[in-house]
Amino acid sequence: MEKIISRPWSWSWLAAALTFAITSALTDGSGAGALAYAALSFGAFAAIVGLGQMIVITLGPGNVDLSIPAVMTLSGTLALKAMGSEPGTAMLGLGVAVLVGLGTGAANFALIYALRLPPIVATLAASLVYQSIAIWSNRGLRIKPPAGLADFATGRVLGVPNVALVGLALAIVVWIALERSVWGRWLLASGQNLRAARLAGVPVETVRASAYVTVTVLASVAGYLLASFSGGAALNMGQDYLLMSIAVVVIGGTSIAGGLSNVPGVWGAALFMFLVVSMLNSYGAGAGVRMVLTGLIIIGIVIAASTKRARK
Amino acid sequence: MGQFLSRHRILLPVFSLAVLLAATFYMQPRAMSYFGINLLFNLAVPIALATVAQMMIMMVNDIDLSLGTFVSLVACVTATFLNDSPLLGVLILAALILTYAGMGAVIHALDLPAIVVTLGMSFVWGGLALFVLPSPGGTSPGWLRALMTVKPPLMPMAVVASILIALVTHFLIIRSGIGTVLRGVGGNARSVARAGWSVVRLKALAYGLSGLFGVLSGMALVGLTTSADANIALRYTLLSIAGVILGGGEFIGGKVSPVGAVIGALTLALAASFLSFMRLSPDWQIGAQGAILILVLTARLIFARRENATG
Repeated sequence: MEKIISRPWSWSWLAAALTFAITSALTDGSGAGALAYAALSFGAFAAIVGLGQMIVITLGPGNVDLSIPAVMTLSGTLALKAMGSEPGTAMLGLGVAVLVGLGTGAANFALIYALRLPPIVATLAASLVYQSIAIWSNRGLRIKPPAGLADFATGRVLGVPNVALVGLALAIVVWIALERSVWGRWLLASGQNLRAARLAGVPVETVRASAYVTVTVLASVAGYLLASFSGGAALNMGQDYLLMSIAVVVIGGTSIAGGLSNVPGVWGAALFMFLVVSMLNSYGAGAGVRMVLTGLIIIGIVIAASTKRARK
Repeated sequence: MGQFLSRHRILLPVFSLAVLLAATFYMQPRAMSYFGINLLFNLAVPIALATVAQMMIMMVNDIDLSLGTFVSLVACVTATFLNDSPLLGVLILAALILTYAGMGAVIHALDLPAIVVTLGMSFVWGGLALFVLPSPGGTSPGWLRALMTVKPPLMPMAVVASILIALVTHFLIIRSGIGTVLRGVGGNARSVARAGWSVVRLKALAYGLSGLFGVLSGMALVGLTTSADANIALRYTLLSIAGVILGGGEFIGGKVSPVGAVIGALTLALAASFLSFMRLSPDWQIGAQGAILILVLTARLIFARRENATG
């Protein structure tokens, strides 16, 4: 038990369980199933982009991808445009989304590497360009996703939402890559001490490039799923996910100083972020109160996690 | 050449602004007048103040992701409380500055990541702003409106104000003793502590200064727009970070330039005006701003190369 509590990811799961209990107590338990279902559905998108952001943040201070919202919008828009609501084109759409992810990731890293821009500024400037491309190709059209894909995105298997299953599968892939592959060791080593890793023979620039491409590919997949889930791409569909992606990474127990990532924590935090909002909603809190409390809870968790770290 | 440039980093932002200004005047010669320049830089004053606020935080190696929501909140308070009951308004604004200082102290004392704390605070400020002003509205206090639209001789208000902001912050941060110590916190906090300074207090001071300039930014914004809403300045977070970097500042090491930051903010404000003169399709306006940002930052290469070679 002691061992479980001391794990950094336990905090986000504990917090998620607590908010779940409080919220479902309000409805005498009858709404618990529906609440869990909604949390899994909406948490999946936050978890997928959070996984990508986590990989980049693991690279160390200053590494963060601010282009996630724009990449999500661009991939959702282009994928739906390519599919044009025709049945049987789901894989084509996914291919377009992955290509968008590869392209934007490569562009981001090119700015960081070739122009030596700080990643925050590089991804920010690039995201403005991506946003423009999305606006230009969207032109206010709302193309519906193919019926089969929409059914998949909003459907369930054995009572679990399909998007959550996709998110879970991606989390397992990322976990294996981080914990059981050489690449994962390289990533952690680069995040802990870039110079030492380079001297030890780690191809640090390749590792950084792969991290920046992975984050945009995951954001693209999230954008593709979100657009299919909500019946079309909207230009503002990604905007909530910038702060969300950073918040779930940090609440999930990944060190913002880099060199330490935490896959299960990201999922716990993603569920928690959704549950907090629905808890405050079910207590009838207005939008203002809801935001203030969300912010205070984020800070509270960061403080709690840090004092625990200090005591160890 | 490279060495000369790396010693005079301020030349890059000055040069970028000059090129952009020349291009704007070429596109639209009529902008080359008192009235034209006033229009071009109209919204530059609040952006410049926000950039200086962000610079105060980046000076001590942190980053503030809540600045845009904070300026929005200040704008909402200015357009409501400060107009209706000035005393209460002043008290609220003072409390906000103190909160900022407290935030800096807590971040340092508990060794919290600033990026996350300010992220959390951005929700708090945003929520409070919605609370103060649920729907767009409010009125700018008359004196503030008069101050922001005053027409000084020779130079438009925006230019005069920018020069004033640059001078005041230059003396505060670069020339004064306390400013040097503050930059030292960004350079090497431990040696500042060894020298007998309380780093907690210094961080609180840096954040407090940031809060002060954030408040001034929000007030200036309301003076220009005459009303406020809870989302009025959200883009200032990113604009201010870009402005500091454009002005030659760095994310770490206490390397900041107040004059550069103000010029960086002017460049960003001008980029928006320039693009509207180019009659670019609205679809590409945002993207072109990103492209300009990338272009200007590419020029930093000349500077960075030299430093890497020597360091």
